[in-house]
Amino acid sequence: MSEKKEADVRFSKFGTVSFTSLTKTNDFIDYLEQGKLMGTRCRVCGMVFFPPRADCYGCLSSDMEWFEVAGTGKLVSWSTLRYAPVGFEGDLPYSIALLDYGDYKVFGRIAGDLTDDDLKVGMEMKAEVNHLPNGQINYVFRKA
Amino acid sequence: MGKVAIIGVGQSAFVRSYPGSVRELAFEGFKEAMQDGGIKASDIDASVICSAPEYDKQRSPAGVLAEYLGLNPQPTFYVESLCSSSSMGLRTAYALVASGLHDVVAVVGFQKMSEISSAESQERMGRGADIQWESPFGTMMPAYYAMHAQAHMARYGTTSEDLALIRVKSGTYGQGNEKAVYRKGVTLEMFSQPGTAMSGPIASPLRVGDCCANADGSSCIIVASEEKARAFSKKPVWIMGLGSATAPVNMAGRDSLSGLFVARASAEQAYRMAGVAAKDIDVAEVHDCFTIAEMMAYEDLGFARPGEGRDLIRSKETYKEGSIPVNVDGGLLSKGHPIGATGGSQIRTIVLQLRGEAGGMQVKDPEIGLIHNIGGVGLYGNVTILGR
Ligand SMILES: [Zn+2]
Repeated sequence: MSEKKEADVRFSKFGTVSFTSLTKTNDFIDYLEQGKLMGTRCRVCGMVFFPPRADCYGCLSSDMEWFEVAGTGKLVSWSTLRYAPVGFEGDLPYSIALLDYGDYKVFGRIAGDLTDDDLKVGMEMKAEVNHLPNGQINYVFRKA
Repeated sequence: MGKVAIIGVGQSAFVRSYPGSVRELAFEGFKEAMQDGGIKASDIDASVICSAPEYDKQRSPAGVLAEYLGLNPQPTFYVESLCSSSSMGLRTAYALVASGLHDVVAVVGFQKMSEISSAESQERMGRGADIQWESPFGTMMPAYYAMHAQAHMARYGTTSEDLALIRVKSGTYGQGNEKAVYRKGVTLEMFSQPGTAMSGPIASPLRVGDCCANADGSSCIIVASEEKARAFSKKPVWIMGLGSATAPVNMAGRDSLSGLFVARASAEQAYRMAGVAAKDIDVAEVHDCFTIAEMMAYEDLGFARPGEGRDLIRSKETYKEGSIPVNVDGGLLSKGHPIGATGGSQIRTIVLQLRGEAGGMQVKDPEIGLIHNIGGVGLYGNVTILGR
């Protein structure tokens, strides 16, 4: 008799609404809960990935290690939404953005207390873990 | 390898809410193309059906449409690449004909977006992006293109008014297109006065007027071998060049947001295959799902140098009388954007232009035309070059 293994659905905690529950990068959520935003690096060829991946397309290895997204990135661009998709209406208005860290880029949200007037393409920002009111977790960008 | 031609084109009117079923909608574009080509269903050897399936209640629509269009027992293919599905369908048909497997292939694009609400539609469109890593932040198509607009403005000094000028051009031609969903003229004042039709914010810096509308519609392109084209058609239009490319779905995988890699890569392939350059294009249809998308297309296709797209629209060079007329059928901004049908509608416009049958939108004696059709936010790109 084998025991039924419980599915590891940690990723369903990611973002206001998650559309993915099963992924080999589930540890991403544990790191977020520890206050860390993490990407993955291929142990074989050294390729660096954000968002994190379980598999390296460079050398086909699945031997990955986690690294922390540390320091600051430059704001590549952003947009503040006045309409939201289903499930995100309560977050309005909010801004999505892309930061360039040099070796990789990170897509995410701008911190809720920053407005268009606070933002400028090229400015230095840093990522910070953010707990959402509905018990979900994501990360946001703040002025560095 | 023989040449491959387009011998028939058709589209339904693009409307807010089509009062019929998907198969009936598809029939409208198909019928027009068949009548245009002067052929019967039995002359067609295969069909390529194109749509974005998330709007469909019908599972595997290709088989159902093949029957309704009278295309049993011929084989059918189902092709999907979001908003560029029917350009991808044309590429598929080209391969089928050029290989000698089939002689005449019908490419049928359709979308009935009105089956679901606008918010649901936005949610589905958002899921044309990276559902694991981006959608949980609440992304939408207008916001992704808005990020491109923001980046273009920061890098090159493009303004919101430059983008509005593109919509004004679209309105100029949309008024005369009986197939368009939006048939009113647009002025800059409609953008500048708060509370007016075009000025409402959607996703900064894009406003209502910068965005195309959802629509229901269908399109059909009949593709034929050289031998069949010469037998069936007095005015075949030849497929001279095809380009197609993909890019990372996540914005984090893009090297820049001030242009689309897939457009540049597809254009380069298509120009090389056709043996022509940007300066040789006499008329173009570009994927203006948003005003910024047309601005980037000017630059990605080489009609203007990077950052100089605004000069083209400010000097009206992309109007009908200009050096490179673009979207003189009103584009997606006026016609509406029924995802799977859009590419076929763009191709139809260029075919009519090259045949000299574009009526009030006819540009003067064009010989070479180009179609730029993008899927998702630069996830898929297709550029097609046609000639007389
Ligand atoms: Zn590797």
